[in-house]
Amino acid sequence: MAGVLIKLDFVVHQGTFRLTLRECVQARAIALYGPSGAGKTTVLETIAGLRKPVAGLIEIDGRILFSSERHLDLPVESRRVGYVPQDIALFPHMNVRRNIFYGQSKSVALVPDTVLRALEISSLLDRNVAGLSGGERQRVAIARALLSEPELLLLDEPLAAVGHSLKERILPYVERVRHELNTPLIYVSHSLDEVNRVSDHVIILEEGRVVESKPTYSVS
Amino acid sequence: MNSDLLRVVVFSVGMATIATIVMLPPGIALAWLLARRSFPGRTVVETLVTLPLVLPPVATGLILLRLFGRRGFIGKWLDQFGIDLVFTWKAVILAMVVMGLPLLVRAARNGFEQVDPRYEQIAATLGATPIRVFFTISLPLAGRGVVAGSVLGFSRALGEFGATVMIAGMLPGTRTLSTSIYAYTQTGQDAPATVLLVAAAAVAFSAVYISNRLSTTGV
Repeated sequence: MAGVLIKLDFVVHQGTFRLTLRECVQARAIALYGPSGAGKTTVLETIAGLRKPVAGLIEIDGRILFSSERHLDLPVESRRVGYVPQDIALFPHMNVRRNIFYGQSKSVALVPDTVLRALEISSLLDRNVAGLSGGERQRVAIARALLSEPELLLLDEPLAAVGHSLKERILPYVERVRHELNTPLIYVSHSLDEVNRVSDHVIILEEGRVVESKPTYSVS
Repeated sequence: MNSDLLRVVVFSVGMATIATIVMLPPGIALAWLLARRSFPGRTVVETLVTLPLVLPPVATGLILLRLFGRRGFIGKWLDQFGIDLVFTWKAVILAMVVMGLPLLVRAARNGFEQVDPRYEQIAATLGATPIRVFFTISLPLAGRGVVAGSVLGFSRALGEFGATVMIAGMLPGTRTLSTSIYAYTQTGQDAPATVLLVAAAAVAFSAVYISNRLSTTGV
């Protein structure tokens, strides 16, 4: 599988923090790896349109989301980028069903049953989100993002706050998203094990700069 | 309660209800703007919205009279369309809206401020337009504040006196609970004044009780 061409060439200023990214990667799943404060979440938020770069270009598979040169800045709702933040942010006033189908695309390319089956959440649909376990919340958030039929899925440390056994249970779902649902993704993590299992390319960030960018099999 | 008193109670509750409905759209919009957006003149808008809370109600009534009277800036314009507001039931509603709006805006703004912007951002990433985000995320999550504000606005409208007297007078078709209590007391009619007092207290108590319940237990 060739993957999609992702061009991330931008500069973001956030207070005293400066993030500079000059990457052009052909991959199905990119991992952003690095210590806390490296700028991993800033990269995802910038791609999603929640932060505006000072200058640069964001292009996903030929579709430009941001270009300072062309004075183009697609609004968040038009970017078709599914974002699962670290804090998950399930809508508290909606049950699982309403959360999952909130952004459901009108097209039929991705059948909801496929997503529900892959993430094993069919039995949770009528539950209140407050009663879900950590792993269930993660899977619901991923399903919600997937059903909006994003051209790119952004996962921000989905396993950072869960224990080892839960991590082992959720990782296969993320792998299924990549292999069965065929959705390109960018996965933020500070765990090498997760990076190796989930991605085919890794960008290593430190203090807002790329220190290395290479295929995942060479990460050690 | 005789029919005259009953008419006053029904008229007042009806006017306060209409005033609350009228103040809801601009009140919610203002509350959201003040909670979520920064724009030039924001402090001026904030001050203008709060002004009726700190100005003597009679002074607010006088301002309304100057604006909406036949020779007033807005009144002159309305007169071209045959709309005469002053000393009619419409003036009662106007006074109630102006006096109740600040309370609605304050409570609703507090409600919007308590909504985590993260939910709105995530809804947008799921393809929701700003209007859809507002109606499906922001407004329901701020619902408790909006409902509490509506109840407070309704209570304030119901108890309105100073501004109402100035712009609507105490005519047979514009008499509210407050102005009637005042009129009966001035003419030494204690019994009807007391009946209306009990009615006003009962309605106000119910409204504030509901508001307090909503703010502690949720909608």
